[in-house]
Amino acid sequence: MIKKIIEKVGVGEAILFLAMMGYVILGIFDFVLLTDALAVLIRLLVRIVPILLVVFVVMFLANLFFENKSISRFLGKGSGFRGWMVAIAGGIVSSGPIYMWYPLLSDLKEKGMRDSLIAAFLYNRAIKIPLLPMMVHYFGWDFTVALSVYMVLFSVVDGVIVQRLTQRGAER
Amino acid sequence: MVKTTHLDAQKQAFLNTARAFKKSLPILMGVLMLLALAEALIPKQAYRLIFSGNWFFDPLMGAALGSISGGNPLTSYIIGGELRQEGVSMLAITAFIVSWVTVGIIQLPAEAVMLGKRFAIVRNTVSFWTSILIAIVTALTLGIK
Repeated sequence: MIKKIIEKVGVGEAILFLAMMGYVILGIFDFVLLTDALAVLIRLLVRIVPILLVVFVVMFLANLFFENKSISRFLGKGSGFRGWMVAIAGGIVSSGPIYMWYPLLSDLKEKGMRDSLIAAFLYNRAIKIPLLPMMVHYFGWDFTVALSVYMVLFSVVDGVIVQRLTQRGAER
Repeated sequence: MVKTTHLDAQKQAFLNTARAFKKSLPILMGVLMLLALAEALIPKQAYRLIFSGNWFFDPLMGAALGSISGGNPLTSYIIGGELRQEGVSMLAITAFIVSWVTVGIIQLPAEAVMLGKRFAIVRNTVSFWTSILIAIVTALTLGIK
């Protein structure tokens, strides 16, 4: 029954509907908490709209200038060390919430981007250069440097394991 | 002729981008709504009650808590800083900060739809365990608990 509904309306719409239902139920039981949640939602939306515009422009440029072949060369099977560097650097410089980048990554995956590089990109989103001073303020230089270096190294470990496990699943 | 071809390419690229975006918007909106709901429902003080100072359970709990939370990394630093003031171990705080961004239970459905169910589950599981490993390695490197 649920599967049929999801197939009919789409997964995205089903998630949206569930979230809306959550707000309705919250509103019935605690209206003050509902207004708090809506205030948080508005704050989130105001923050992410400019980032969404940036993502849209990046996707548009990627669609315009990069053909599937060139994306495969940079981020596909034979991309090697350069592919890792592009994914790591891309993850670090990209801004905004992680889910804002799913459409672009989905698009690149269809064009041949490896799972390992997608995983590395997503992992490195934890390193945010503009936020490093804040981390230094709370935890000190030693901690910030050590954590950042380990994050980059472990992003490669994460990517390699993800690639192996997803590949194994696909082969079965 | 060349100009027309270029315009066609631009139009096609714009349409492709708009189509991909249209597909993503309901999921993104749903995830945003869930995140806002979680932020409004879970008080920041709740985080302090969970950590006991145990060497094994603290990073595990830190990673678990970071996985179900999420949002701007800045918030994780602020919560981490507050937890540190409360005497919570850096092992737990490090796992919490790392998993906050690298693991996302709330956005898992969106990730599964966009990047594949298997990929999303594998990536989040691996990232969960590596956040604990990073916490341990960082603590060992710096000689902190």
